[in-house]
Amino acid sequence: MISDLFSVTVLVGILASGIRLSTPYLFAAIGETFGQKSGVLNLGVEGQMLLGAFAAFYVALSTGNLWLGLLTAIIVGALMGLAMAYVTVNLHAEQGISGIGFYLFGLGMSDLLFQKLMGTVETVKGFPKLYIPVLSDIPYLGEIFFQQNILVYFAYLLVPVAWFVLNKTTLGLKIRSVGENPDAADSLGVSVARVRYFTIILGGTLSGIAGASMSIALLNVFQQNMTSGLGFIAVALVYFGAWRPIGVLGGALLFSLINSLQLWIQVLSIPIPSDLAVMMPYVVTILVLVATVSKVRAPSALSKAFERGD
Amino acid sequence: MKKFVWFVLTLALVLSACAAPAAEEASAAEAPAATEAPAEAPAATEAPAATEAPMAEPFRVAVVMPSATTDLAFGQSMYDALVRVQEEMGAENFEFVYSEGMFVVDDAAAAIRDYATQGFDLVIAHGSQYGSSLQEIAPDFPETSFAWGTTVDTFGEPNIFAYEALSQEGGYVNGVLAAKLSASKVIGVVGPIETGDAKLYVDGFKAGVAATDPAIQVNVNYIGSFSDVALASEAATTHIAAGADVLTGSAQMVVGAIGKAEEANALWFGTQSNQASLAPSIVVASQVYHWEVMLTEMIGLIEEGTLGGQSFSANLANGGQVIEFNDGYALPEDAKALADETIKGIVDGTITITLP
Repeated sequence: MISDLFSVTVLVGILASGIRLSTPYLFAAIGETFGQKSGVLNLGVEGQMLLGAFAAFYVALSTGNLWLGLLTAIIVGALMGLAMAYVTVNLHAEQGISGIGFYLFGLGMSDLLFQKLMGTVETVKGFPKLYIPVLSDIPYLGEIFFQQNILVYFAYLLVPVAWFVLNKTTLGLKIRSVGENPDAADSLGVSVARVRYFTIILGGTLSGIAGASMSIALLNVFQQNMTSGLGFIAVALVYFGAWRPIGVLGGALLFSLINSLQLWIQVLSIPIPSDLAVMMPYVVTILVLVATVSKVRAPSALSKAFERGD
Repeated sequence: MKKFVWFVLTLALVLSACAAPAAEEASAAEAPAATEAPAEAPAATEAPAATEAPMAEPFRVAVVMPSATTDLAFGQSMYDALVRVQEEMGAENFEFVYSEGMFVVDDAAAAIRDYATQGFDLVIAHGSQYGSSLQEIAPDFPETSFAWGTTVDTFGEPNIFAYEALSQEGGYVNGVLAAKLSASKVIGVVGPIETGDAKLYVDGFKAGVAATDPAIQVNVNYIGSFSDVALASEAATTHIAAGADVLTGSAQMVVGAIGKAEEANALWFGTQSNQASLAPSIVVASQVYHWEVMLTEMIGLIEEGTLGGQSFSANLANGGQVIEFNDGYALPEDAKALADETIKGIVDGTITITLP
């Protein structure tokens, strides 16, 4: 019944699972924000996530060390970012197309490695819930916010850090200027190539962590194509959030909360066809996007390769 | 110009990546060269009836499937069945190859056509979404036998077999057992999309629970995807938060959900493939498809010259479906007895399952 939705258990459940579901989106979309702010559209996020998820899972499974797994995901993500940076910055490749190439590479490679190294679905003991002292004892709020695994906290800490770096530091200023007007930035002695290398590698790293957050913290399994389009939604969230970390957070939370709401709607046997319930997060996201057409425009140099003296 | 070169190179990369999940030889055994043809070969224009001699050429099967052979669900059920047929017939008499990860129907259609062109004896389209492609392809290869599932529809083509699983039967048995074992009287179900095999399983499961204890609440959640592991896992968490102490679910994305059940120490019932390996302490039983029962029948028919036109149902009675209990879980005697009794009832027809 509809009224069942407003019980405390259900509301706490919706909020807590919304927070969990948003974690991989946050890592991936914040990483993508850095890239796009500097003028690089990376559509390979999903592939970077898949390889990160597999690397983290496989290392955690074979060594039993979750941190080593996370580190491997970071390295794998960074290497994917490095390759992407070389292709887009040095070789001036079309960013959308090469991004899709990287996606397919990650999809195929993670599948191949999975088949050759594991062969069947297995499970690991992932990062456990970390109860923050004192805060986790607060009724309701504690359960929602402070009884999550460590990567969830990292994801949320990343938002203010990203905001600070982008808006309050020289590095952030360089990133933004390279994304808005690379010629001007170049003429003032900012190395467009170096800034873009930095943001793309950072984006790859965060995508790798996003994958790891799924395979060794939230789900604790690896399966072929387990991200199932999540990386592309993360790219969309950057547009939704108007290239601001706080906006990305809002989008990720909205999408995830509606998703957990629809899970509860079905569990409580509220008579809405499951097909409609499943559609809800997408419909609401589109509606919000339409209603709040942002005045913020995309970075001017987004998806344009930079060539000195063009 | 440089841009164009890179565009072409990237495109090549993309295309080669697309082609990556290509056929893999499952059996290395090459066909023994057909030099030693049987003595009566010149006369053998008709299929020789009941030959005891080994076949001159192995029976060759190709299968195209949407997910992976290792998905612990639908894809694996077919792969395992083919392996069992091979063990039964011998690697020198039976070879199979497969293309997995064929979520894109167009790719699958191309693969099906390729296999037919290569002269496989039987090409299996292991996914109901491949039906309309098969309907187009099959008439072009009247000498080749095709099979597709899960369905009962052969399109009236003489060279298409159809196969399905009466998943509601195993679902019913799982449901009876789940109702018996639930202490909280709340049971959660994680489904993919409300259709086909998954819907049959879930409806059968609900009927089994209702027949055992009508007071039990079964909460069903279809997540709208066969691949979204994250959402399936969150759905399981939601069920547990809503008080469920027994869970089940269908399709390959449930692997994450099983982990959540294990963390919460809730029981799990599997379907399609034996899922006990994922969480040995909480998986009670799995309904497992044994497609080899159907495959063996099809192979027999093909060798006699019937290439299709029939449909097969895997059920508990013909052994196409088996309830596999997990030895690692200590199932109480009376519950096991109840399950056995239910299976017997379904097989001899004393239990009829009414679906909504």
